[in-house]
Amino acid sequence: MDDLLADFLTETHEGLVALDVALLRLERSPGDKPTLSEIFRLVHTIKGTCGFLGLSRLERVAHAAENILGLYRDGVLTVTPAGVSLVLRALDRIKEIVGALETGGTEPAGDDAPLIAELDAAASGDSGTLPASSDAAEIEAQFDVAAKDATPAIEQPAAPIEIAAPKPAPSPKAAPAAEATPEEHSGGRAPPQSIRVSVDVLEDLMMLVSELVLTRNQLMQLSRARSDGAYSVPLQRLSHITSDLQDGVMKTRMQPIGNAWAKMPRLVRDLSIELGKKIDLEMRGADTELDRQVLELIKDPLTHMVRNSGDHGLEGPEDRRRAGKSETGRIMLNAYHEGGHILIEISDDGRGLNTDRIRQKVVSQGLASEAEIAGMSEAEIHRFIFRAGFSTAAAVTAVSGRGVGMDVVKTNVERIGGTIDVSSVEGRGTGFIIKIPLTLAIVSALIVEVAGERFAIPQIGVLELVRVGGGSGSRVERIKDAPVLRLRDRLLPLVSLGRVLGLDEGAAPELGENGDTGFVVVTQVGANVFGIIVDRLFDTEEIVVKPVAPILRHIGMFSGNTILGDGSVIMILDPNGIARVTGVVADGAGARAAEGKAASAVRSNEKTSLLLFRAGDETPKAVPLGLIARLDDIPVEQIENSGGTPVVQYRGQLMPLLSMGGFAPAESGRTRQTVLVFSEGERSLGIMVDAILDVVDEALSVQAGQGRPGFLGSAVVAGKVTDVIDTAWWLGQGGGDWFRPAASASVSRRLLVVEDSAFFRELVVPALAAEGYEVVAVEGPVQALRLRERGEAFDAIVSDIEMPEMDGYAFARDVRGGGTWQELPMIALTGRVDPAAVARGRAAGFTDYVGKYDREALLASLAECLAVPVAA
Amino acid sequence: MRNQATQSAVTDADLFLTLTVAGQACGVPVLVVRDVLGPQVITRIPLAPPEVAGSLNLRGRIVTAVDLRRRLGLPPRPADIQPMSIVVEMAGELYSMLADAVGEVVPLRQEDSAANPPTLDAVWREVSRGVHRRDGQLLIVLDVERVLAIGGGR
Repeated sequence: MDDLLADFLTETHEGLVALDVALLRLERSPGDKPTLSEIFRLVHTIKGTCGFLGLSRLERVAHAAENILGLYRDGVLTVTPAGVSLVLRALDRIKEIVGALETGGTEPAGDDAPLIAELDAAASGDSGTLPASSDAAEIEAQFDVAAKDATPAIEQPAAPIEIAAPKPAPSPKAAPAAEATPEEHSGGRAPPQSIRVSVDVLEDLMMLVSELVLTRNQLMQLSRARSDGAYSVPLQRLSHITSDLQDGVMKTRMQPIGNAWAKMPRLVRDLSIELGKKIDLEMRGADTELDRQVLELIKDPLTHMVRNSGDHGLEGPEDRRRAGKSETGRIMLNAYHEGGHILIEISDDGRGLNTDRIRQKVVSQGLASEAEIAGMSEAEIHRFIFRAGFSTAAAVTAVSGRGVGMDVVKTNVERIGGTIDVSSVEGRGTGFIIKIPLTLAIVSALIVEVAGERFAIPQIGVLELVRVGGGSGSRVERIKDAPVLRLRDRLLPLVSLGRVLGLDEGAAPELGENGDTGFVVVTQVGANVFGIIVDRLFDTEEIVVKPVAPILRHIGMFSGNTILGDGSVIMILDPNGIARVTGVVADGAGARAAEGKAASAVRSNEKTSLLLFRAGDETPKAVPLGLIARLDDIPVEQIENSGGTPVVQYRGQLMPLLSMGGFAPAESGRTRQTVLVFSEGERSLGIMVDAILDVVDEALSVQAGQGRPGFLGSAVVAGKVTDVIDTAWWLGQGGGDWFRPAASASVSRRLLVVEDSAFFRELVVPALAAEGYEVVAVEGPVQALRLRERGEAFDAIVSDIEMPEMDGYAFARDVRGGGTWQELPMIALTGRVDPAAVARGRAAGFTDYVGKYDREALLASLAECLAVPVAA
Repeated sequence: MRNQATQSAVTDADLFLTLTVAGQACGVPVLVVRDVLGPQVITRIPLAPPEVAGSLNLRGRIVTAVDLRRRLGLPPRPADIQPMSIVVEMAGELYSMLADAVGEVVPLRQEDSAANPPTLDAVWREVSRGVHRRDGQLLIVLDVERVLAIGGGR
């Protein structure tokens, strides 16, 4: 393609984007003289250049469009939406031809006669036939011009004539006037202080700078080794200049996100006309800058999502009125920086996601079973729209309203190291949040070594570094084969990087008690935290991320590769990928770590991380991993006796030890005793067990026990009959004061506990009872409401959220809806305490929201809720 | 390229770089070769396909190294032979093919090429564009694109 044509294409592209924006502005304020002039000038430029280059087809279309615009500008013709649509169509045709020019180098064949005839007809026929004011009214009606703009809009059609009048040539002969107009109206604007540079040049510069940085680093290393004073000063200067140059080149890659949004107003306008909906598009933070590579990659997903919002998210004016909303729907794009990331929100105030329909679809498509989905929160169900396959079903579009191609969007966003999430309230709207790294080019990374190989871990997501083994105090422990780390009283699942990468074959160094020292990189992926075991840590380095070769892209562990200061190539690890491959974090719906705290998202029919152990008899015993603070291995000689109870000194306190099988540690002839440690504030209690067997994820279905104290019953876990221990009972054995707070509730309060899981009922009830409350527990809201009908009185209600038949939200709404319980404090007890869930809970009428395992929070919340009426 | 080879004059398209892999002479079109490098520091890539030896730094660009011996199902290179890197560009990415030795640039006419003998090993047949007889030795012209069609790109 010759240079002239290439220049023309670049220029025309810019012109077309500017035209789109200007035309829409014109439509809103039809008499805006500067806008009209700008449009005219832009089209005129395109036409002029086409003629020069001999692009006849383009020239004819542009000419016809220019004719109309000239008449608009001179006030001979009134601007109408139909007219603007026609001009927009002409622009589309121009874009089409330009597109073909770009790929083919010549104008494509095609017949523009009908379009040109229409344009000509509009230019000649309609002028002046309609009274100006009715046009303005029409515009006003269609585009919902705010009231204060309405009056000028009606008067405006006359204005251009007045302005045009003093001109030497007020006739529709537009061409001579065109030369004068730009100067006239661009007077206030300074000429843009920028030049166009091709992307290739920038990329080359970037590469050269990277190379320069490497060379600089090598030189610095050499100079340090030689300590030759003569070179050190100029080298320092070279170093500074190189850094500045690097920064400068980086900056050239940054572009405002507004560039990716430039087409949105047009898109939304077309959508609104096509669908007969009224849509307002609000764009905030358009000047937020991000790397052009990132920009390119999110452009399409963003467009797709805005289209989705307009198409499926927003209702028609009728439906909106009926729903008590304003007729005009709103789509909002918002971009802002937050901690090294760019956040982009795409939200609408439309109908929101239809959870029930998604649920049905998920089950019918076999993406999850009824039982699984019953245990999911709304947010989790909503996330199914990101699943591949979910969107491909055509019926979904019409039925659930959303999820069209969202899997593709998610894939694209994840490809650039971003995440996407959805939040939706039925009837209120849907919002998507995309979080992407500021730049793909340069990230701060931690360099680690395992099995003699070095890798980079992006700093984003690294929470802390822990030294393990040696004399450092922390050590890696194993629950069966799964390595874990006790970190501040919580169990952190670990991933051995060497093993994950297959570098550990043969002698695997155990980071056990006497093993080598190593490091754990505590990493967060989404809401889940896990540790990555590495052999050594080096410095952090700013690295230039380069994509891996296509033949390596199938390896999910790497997000890219880079060249370090010393010139060596190094792979960049992707914590998301590691988490996915190793299963420390489940993907998508039901995301839940095998880790203690996160595992609190437990329901009886949902999988729970269980610690299996043997104690006393041969039957395996199970306890939810989340309840255990630590695992300890105590030398037998440290176990002392105090008042007939074995105790061990721990952190300056005596920790009572309970035995499940009634044996004394000394008798069993072992030298070390394994202890499950439960912690509660300052107090700790240990249960002595014979052996830790395994940690498994199982859906716990407890069969009612035979009334054996200390056991809730049995369940089949890992194919074996297992006793599920009643932690509360055991803790109760640990000393009279275990469940007794400093000041116990003096007046007996009556509580109603609504919880479908027998397991949690058994856990919560004794805890509350021990606190001095009188507790009535029921299996579900239906039973609870039956109690209300019977006239039972309570002081407070503690309720689970996810329950079959009727969930906690519906229950709360029912309670608040009327009846004797209307004013009772209600505390939601749930595995998921996230802000959205809390907000939803409050909206439904819950007084407070507490995590399931958080006994202390529950008690505190109860105390607070019950204190209110006393104070009042 | 093939069309040009029908011309009688020797053009660039007829020039091939010869290399040796486990005693077998091979040729690659000179036009696709960007660089020939001596022994390089190669970073191992865990979990990569076995044919991928690792990656190396060529003037600031990352080059993925493919070991021709492993690619062609040949025994591993003896420790005393340092591999040579023949850097080629494919779809904007740089790859290095590791060979035991690099020979010279020779003209090979397309019309002198013989079809793959039916007895040729399947792995070789997959990557061979034809066989030439040269100095009493058989030289296999490698189809670079197919040589690099491994792993996720297959």
